[in-house]
Amino acid sequence: MREENDIQVSIEQIDEALIVTPVGDVDLSRSPCLRQALKKSLSDVTGRLIVDLTDVPYMDSSGVATLVEAMQLARRNSVKLVLCGMQDQVRSIFEIARLDRVFSIVPSREDATQV
Amino acid sequence: MLSNPLYLCGARELVSSVAKRLGFSNEACCQISLAVDEALANVMRHGYKKACDQPIWMSIWPCCDQACDPAEACSCQDGQAEYTGIRIVIEDEADQVDPCEICSRDLDDVRPGGLGVHIIKEVMDQVVYEKREGVGMKLTLFKQLGIKDDTVSETQVHCPPRGTPRSVKDQSGKGSNA
Repeated sequence: MREENDIQVSIEQIDEALIVTPVGDVDLSRSPCLRQALKKSLSDVTGRLIVDLTDVPYMDSSGVATLVEAMQLARRNSVKLVLCGMQDQVRSIFEIARLDRVFSIVPSREDATQV
Repeated sequence: MLSNPLYLCGARELVSSVAKRLGFSNEACCQISLAVDEALANVMRHGYKKACDQPIWMSIWPCCDQACDPAEACSCQDGQAEYTGIRIVIEDEADQVDPCEICSRDLDDVRPGGLGVHIIKEVMDQVVYEKREGVGMKLTLFKQLGIKDDTVSETQVHCPPRGTPRSVKDQSGKGSNA
């Protein structure tokens, strides 16, 4: 049975890219679940990790911290981490934290496979 | 509420709904609920060190152009005045810290965590940390309705360690990540 604080995260391989797609708000109660999914994905991927945020309407700083940690781990493993599908409210927290210049952020999955 | 992260979504919805009713734009409502989420998460994570069964009190006050002290009756609280802002007070019984040590960190140092205080100060117009009498901390957040609505403004941060409050402009720099 799924824990109440879990977030649904799907993981799929498309060509060289592993695509992680969380669904729902990512806050302090749910970021540990996303963290676990990203950590596992980073141990499996060799080329490119895409985090599709299309279905994430809200993210707080714990979610951002989770993605920063994933980015640092990706760099150590020579994996390219790309964020796509970011909604305006989620984008605004990246802008406030000035992390929009640090991450590779693109509009769509298609763009994410090409940058 | 208890210090369980499960309640964060409800707190966000409550604050956002009230802010909307007071006349804030959708974007401003999102900012206010984000600030409240970050403040509550800081209490849970740093104040109570992730214990999920400790008390947190949150109160929401409409503000009008009259002197609006939450402790006193004000016509804006019965809907008779024009609203000019929202005040949110968050109190806890966690260990006390010097309010002046609660600072945002250097954003050029890209690392996980430590962004909560920066976000709160960026999106709210006034942020006041105080020690409660006896035990715990009190955080008062204020956002003005109108000219500053929808914009990331220069935040006034009041940091009254003891006695008379003093006003300090946005305190960036290294410090605790409470």
